[in-house]
Amino acid sequence: MTTITINGKDHSFNGIDPAMPLLWALRDHAEIQGVKYGCGVGQCGACTVWLDGYAVRSCQLTVGALEGRAVTTVEGLATATLHPVQQAWIDHDVAQCGYCQAGQIMSAAALLERNPSPTDDEIDAAMAGNLCRCGTYVRIKSAIKAASGAMTASALFYNAMEAEEVSA
Amino acid sequence: MNQPSNQIANTERRDFLKISLGLALSSTGSISMMSLASAEASGTLNAYVNINADGSVTIYGPNPEVGQGVNTSLPMIVAEELDAKWEDVQCEAAPVQQQYGMQFAGGSLSIPMRWDEMRKMGATAREMLCRAAASQWNVPRDELITADSLVRHGPSGKSAHYKDLVAAASLIAVPDEADVRLKAPADYRLLGKRISNASAEGIATGKPIFGIDAKVDGMVYASFVKCPSIGGVAKSANLEAVRALPGVIDAFILDGTPGPYNFDIRESHTIQSGVAIVGKDTWSTFKAREALKVDWDLSAASQDDSDVIEAEALAALAAGKVEAEIERTGDVEAAFANAAMTADATYSTDFVSHAQLEPQGVLVSAATSAVEVWTSSQTPVFITSNLAKLLDVTPGNITVHQLRGGGGFGRRLSNEYIFEAALISRRVGAPVKLQWKREDDMAFDYFRAPTYYRLQGAVAADGQLVGWKNLVAAASADGENANYGASYRPYDFPGKVIPNVAVEQSFVKSQTPTGAWRAPISNVYAFAEQSFIAELAHKAGQDHRDFLLNAIGDKGWIKEGDMASLNTARARATIEAVTKAAGWGRKLPEGHGLGLAFFLSHSGHIAEVAEVSVDGKNITVHDVWVAADVGQVVNLSGLENQLQGSVVDGLSTMAAQSISIKNGAVVQSNYDSYPLLRMPQSPRVHVDVLNSGYRPTGAGEPALPPLAPAVCNAVFNACGERIRALPISKAGFTIV
Repeated sequence: MTTITINGKDHSFNGIDPAMPLLWALRDHAEIQGVKYGCGVGQCGACTVWLDGYAVRSCQLTVGALEGRAVTTVEGLATATLHPVQQAWIDHDVAQCGYCQAGQIMSAAALLERNPSPTDDEIDAAMAGNLCRCGTYVRIKSAIKAASGAMTASALFYNAMEAEEVSA
Repeated sequence: MNQPSNQIANTERRDFLKISLGLALSSTGSISMMSLASAEASGTLNAYVNINADGSVTIYGPNPEVGQGVNTSLPMIVAEELDAKWEDVQCEAAPVQQQYGMQFAGGSLSIPMRWDEMRKMGATAREMLCRAAASQWNVPRDELITADSLVRHGPSGKSAHYKDLVAAASLIAVPDEADVRLKAPADYRLLGKRISNASAEGIATGKPIFGIDAKVDGMVYASFVKCPSIGGVAKSANLEAVRALPGVIDAFILDGTPGPYNFDIRESHTIQSGVAIVGKDTWSTFKAREALKVDWDLSAASQDDSDVIEAEALAALAAGKVEAEIERTGDVEAAFANAAMTADATYSTDFVSHAQLEPQGVLVSAATSAVEVWTSSQTPVFITSNLAKLLDVTPGNITVHQLRGGGGFGRRLSNEYIFEAALISRRVGAPVKLQWKREDDMAFDYFRAPTYYRLQGAVAADGQLVGWKNLVAAASADGENANYGASYRPYDFPGKVIPNVAVEQSFVKSQTPTGAWRAPISNVYAFAEQSFIAELAHKAGQDHRDFLLNAIGDKGWIKEGDMASLNTARARATIEAVTKAAGWGRKLPEGHGLGLAFFLSHSGHIAEVAEVSVDGKNITVHDVWVAADVGQVVNLSGLENQLQGSVVDGLSTMAAQSISIKNGAVVQSNYDSYPLLRMPQSPRVHVDVLNSGYRPTGAGEPALPPLAPAVCNAVFNACGERIRALPISKAGFTIV
C-alpha cells in the first residue's frame, strides 16, 4: 500500500502494481482525470502535476516510490477562487481542444509560483516541455503574462497590507 | 454586395462529401421542426433550445467538438436570433440522434452547413415567445421587442423573462417560416464578438469532459495489439502466459475483417486482426504487452517502403510519365513555346501523422443487445449504422454519446477503434474502455499522403503568367486511383484563371492507409504552388506580390453562386491587407526575409506573410501575419484562435514531421521521433480578420495551407536557398 497526499487529502493505493505510473494511478484509481495521457514517455507534458510543489511528468513517476509525498493536480489548484493562471486561461480563451491545457496550466502555475515576473525566454524555457498540437502557444504566452501581472499585483497588495499591519 | 447562395458544390467539398457523407446537404440546412409544438407545456421550444426554470437557456451544439470551437459558435448563432442573454446560456453537446442531421466534424463544414438551420431555430423560438407574450398581454405582436432573454412591450412598459413565457410558448403552433424574420447583420449583438469557449472553465479546472475520461460501473480496460505491418494477421500468441499476468483478466485474438483498411468512414466497419488484452486497469494491459509474443502471418501485409515510394515518384516526374489527365484548358504547348521565360521545379512531401494529443480511445458497452458508446469521434453520425452491422443489433438499440475530443484534424473521422472496442466488449461481456497507446496511434493512422508535384510555368513577354503544367505523382493502392488525399483536385486557381493549364498524374504503388489530414491535398499542394509562383516571380525579375496579384487577376467570382469558389476581389483584399500589415518592401535586418503566400481552401481566402532569419541551417520564424476572409464572423475569439493555431500547426508540420515506412510498418513511434513544435520555436502571430459580410464559412482548416510556402519563400529571400521538400529537416534545416 502506498499513501500519497493528493490535493491535500491522503489517498491510499491498495493492490496495484507499485511500478504503475502516477498518471494511471490517478486516472484509474483516484478519480483524478484532469491529468491526461498523451505519450507515456515524458515528451508531451499533458500529464504534468506538481510533486511537492514542482512540476513533474506523472507518466514518469511510479506510484510505489511516492509514499508520503504531496501531489497537486489541476483539480486542486484553485482555492476559494480560481488560481490566477486558470482565470487567465479562461479570460484569454486559450484552449482549442483543451486536452493539453491542464498540463500547460500546471507548468505555468509552477513557473509563476517561483518566478512571478518571468521574461519571454524564461516562459519559453519553462513551457518547452508541454506540447500543443492545436498551436495555442501564442495565447498561452499572453495568458501567462496576464497571470503574472495579476499575481504580482496581488503580491504587492498583500505585502502592503502586511506592512500596514506591522506599522499599525 | 453580390451574395452567392451557400451551395456546397465545389470539388473540394464534393470530394469530402463523396467519401464521407455520400448524401446531399440541402442548401437551406433546415431540419424538420418535428420536435416543435409539443403536446404538453415544457421548457423545450425545439431540438436546440430549452429555457430552464432558473432563467438559464440550454442550447445544444449538434456537431462534435474537437477544438474547432463549434460547441460555442453554433449555440452563439442560435442565441443571436433568440436574443438570449449569453451569460445565461449553457452550451451542451446534443445527443446523437437522427433529428440533428449530419453530426460530424469535417471539411470545415459545421458553420456553413448549420448557418441557416441555427438561425431559424433561434428565430423560431423567439417568435413563439413573442406570440405567447402578445397573447397574454393582448397586444399586437409587432409592438414587441426582445433582448437579454426578455420580451418587452414598449407602449405599456410590460416585460417578461423568457422563463415565464416558455410554458405557454411551447404549446403554440410552429410559426410559418415566412413569418419568422431573421436579423440583418447590422443588428447582431453577439455574432462577431470575442466569446470565450463555452468549456473554458471545465478545461482549466480539469473536469472529465474528454473521450478518454468516460467511465461506467463495471467497466474493464483493454489494449489491442495489431501487426506493425499493415494487414498482417495474428496466427497465434502466448495467450496463456499473458492471462496469468497480474491485473490481466483475459487475452484473446480478434480475427479482424478482411482489408483493404481504407479510409471509408461512411460505410466501413473493418478492423485489423490483433490481440486484445483485457485488464483491471489501463496500466495492467499496457504492461502485459511487454510479455506478449505474437506470430504474425505477413502474407497479406503491406511491404511499403517510403524511400522506394519517393524514389519511384521522383523518377516518374523526371521522366514525365503521364497515366491520367486531371484537367486541361487552352493551348498549353503553344503557351510554353511562345513564352519569354519558363521554369520547371519538383516539390515533394512525406507521409505525416495526425498526432493529436488524445490518442484514440473509447468506452463501449456491448455486452448485451443494448449497446452504448461514449466517444470523441468526428463522425458520430456514422457509428450507429456500422456498429449495428458489425454486432448484428438493431440500430435503435445503440446509444452514442459525443464527448469532447482532444484534437481531431481528421484522425477521428474514422471509427475503427470503436469497432475494436465493441468486439472486445461483446467477447468479455462487460463495458470496455479501449485505450490505444501513443505508439498505436502513430502506427495505425490514416496518414496524410505523400505527394509529389512537378510544376512548370510559362511567363509571356509582358510578364504575365500564361501557362501552367502540373504533373502529380500520387500514391495509389491499385495503380489506377490516387489514395485518399494523395493527388490534386481542380482548383479555381490556376485552372480557371491562367489561360493555358494542364494537370496530369502518374501513380506509385502504396498500401499504407491514408486519410483526411487538416485541409487534405491543399495542405501539400499549396506549398508547391505558392512556392513555385514565387520562383517564377523571382526568375521574371518581378516583385512576388505584384506577380501574384497579376496572376490572380480580377475576374471576380470564378463560379458565380458557389460560395466555395475563388473570388479574386476577396483574394486581392487579403493579399493587400497582409502585405500592408507586414510592411512588404520595408528594409529588413541582415539575414531576414519576408515571404508571402495566398491560398483558398474550404471557402476561406487566406494570405500570410512570414518574417524569418536564417543562420546557417537554423531558421527563426519571428512573425507571421495572417489576413483571413471567411465571411461573416461568428465568434471572433474562436476564429482568431484557429488562425493563430493553424500557423503554429503548419510550422510544426513543415519543420520536422515525417513518417517513414519500412516493410509496411511505421518507423516512428512517439513524439521523440516525431516532433511537434514547442513554444520556444513558436512565432508571434498577427491576425487580421476581414469581415467581408459574405455568408460565414469554416475556419478550422484554410489557414494552414499558406503557412509552409510563406515560410519557404521567406527563407529564400533571407538566404537564397529554395526549399522544395517537406519537412524542411530533409534539407538539414531546423526551426529554432
